[in-house]
Amino acid sequence: MTTVTADTTSRPLVSLKAVSKRFPNGTLALENMSLEVGDHEFISFLGPSGCGKSTALRLIAGLSNITHGELTWPGHAEPAAEGSHPDLGFVFQEPTLMPWASVFDNVWLPLRLVGQSRDAADRTVRDALGMVGLTRFAEVYPRELSGGMKMRVSIARALVTHPRLLLMDEPFGALDEMTRGKLNNDLLAIWREHRFTIIFVTHSVYESVYLSSRIVVMASRPGRVIEQIRIDEPYPRDAGDFHVSTRYNAHVVAVQKALHATLQGVDIDH
Amino acid sequence: MNSNTSTSTTAAAVAMGEIGEPQARRQRDHRRETWVRVLLPVAIVAALLLLWEVVVRVKGIPHYILPAPTLVLRTLIDQWASLAPALWFTVKLTLMALAAAVVGGVLLAMAFALSKWVEIALFPVAVIMQVTPIVAIAPLILIYIDSTTTALLICAWIVAFFPILSNTVIGLKSADSNLRDLFTLYRATPWQRLRLLLAPSALPFFLGGLKIAGGLALIGAVVAEFTAGSAGRNTGLASRILESMFRTEIPMMFAALFLVSLLGIVIFVAFSALARWMLGHWHESEMKREI
Repeated sequence: MTTVTADTTSRPLVSLKAVSKRFPNGTLALENMSLEVGDHEFISFLGPSGCGKSTALRLIAGLSNITHGELTWPGHAEPAAEGSHPDLGFVFQEPTLMPWASVFDNVWLPLRLVGQSRDAADRTVRDALGMVGLTRFAEVYPRELSGGMKMRVSIARALVTHPRLLLMDEPFGALDEMTRGKLNNDLLAIWREHRFTIIFVTHSVYESVYLSSRIVVMASRPGRVIEQIRIDEPYPRDAGDFHVSTRYNAHVVAVQKALHATLQGVDIDH
Repeated sequence: MNSNTSTSTTAAAVAMGEIGEPQARRQRDHRRETWVRVLLPVAIVAALLLLWEVVVRVKGIPHYILPAPTLVLRTLIDQWASLAPALWFTVKLTLMALAAAVVGGVLLAMAFALSKWVEIALFPVAVIMQVTPIVAIAPLILIYIDSTTTALLICAWIVAFFPILSNTVIGLKSADSNLRDLFTLYRATPWQRLRLLLAPSALPFFLGGLKIAGGLALIGAVVAEFTAGSAGRNTGLASRILESMFRTEIPMMFAALFLVSLLGIVIFVAFSALARWMLGHWHESEMKREI
């Protein structure tokens, strides 16, 4: 399938051209991945374990080096220096909060690292906490929060710098179904209001169809892109009955088909 | 706000003390537990002392074999003029050695954390210093160093240094790998990384090392003084113990011994309190579980 860009008027935000990643131990984690990410897209990387979806995310974040290929930021004035890019936020699989710091101080961290004082950052931090509905919890320590609330803090921290690109690595994988559903809806609401781009790694077909404007289906051994599927459905998706509609089911079936094709001849070990 | 968060809100509100009744009961239970925690060991020690006193009196054991606790107490008060400077000397020696061990241990641990090669080069030396018994090298140090006080300080330092070093090294390496990535993502400077991530991650380990090192510094100070065997004005509790042994002043020995133990206990309690104060609000090791 050909590469699909959401926004044809402007240059892509991030562009990957034939990107490969081989680990020092010889494993080919990602092979020949090409992708253009436009403004205000919601892209999911979907695939089984070992398909390189998290690796691709880390490459885009500059947390890992590319072995072959080219990763550029055409839609961005400032070149990516020192292997990292400041105009993005990252949400890990775990909340990854500093247990010794209050919720406020955790969200303040990205601003603190660029030299903003507590007072100067106060308004921005409280706005970010408001975005995820945790205004009242600024002075609380992470251990006092539930798993879902910790994840909200993690999202607030990633958004406090108002990045153009938010990278999320299976952020809700460890949460229960109900909490996960709420967070999905809240994430969509924040994304629609603030118009940034999200790349969302998941292994749930349902989650990817519900959230995404585009799904990048990936296969493992070696990790590679199999197909890109657009989900041309209007947002908001929680208002009506999208998640029980036949259209939703048709998308799920299409994605599952693509995914099953990737599993041909591969042992399923989990 | 959705229902999930509002139930969590209630839980957090309880934790933050916004809800009255059960909170009050819990505080009362908590206070009672604190009292039992203090009174129980005190009662055990008091009972043992009483038993000791009774056995000495009933059996008529002479004071040059085993003095009764009351006699030790009286000696402590009568000989205070001689014991107080000795106690002060040992306190000073222990704290100075500990301070030097903290500075040396933490700086070296930071060097180890920053460079793998520094660690590979220097860690064996630190281990050699640690495994060689201090009693065995103390005489050498006393020969090479002119000032006895300095020699004693070096001995106590060698003993106290290692737990701080090894614990801090482990602590600095234990920082969460995702948090490390986060600091990389936001281009943190090495100094920011050390101050905001590595140091707080290492703190629980460092404080654990400090608890051990506090006791060891005292042991080092006492053992080294025994080896030095020096007499005179500028001497510590170990010299008092040696002197009274030569003069068979057993109650005086016990009085000095009591002060050494007391000092060790005070050091331990002080560092435990420090750890609780610094970690109580976030680290598992010092947190009370609400059941």
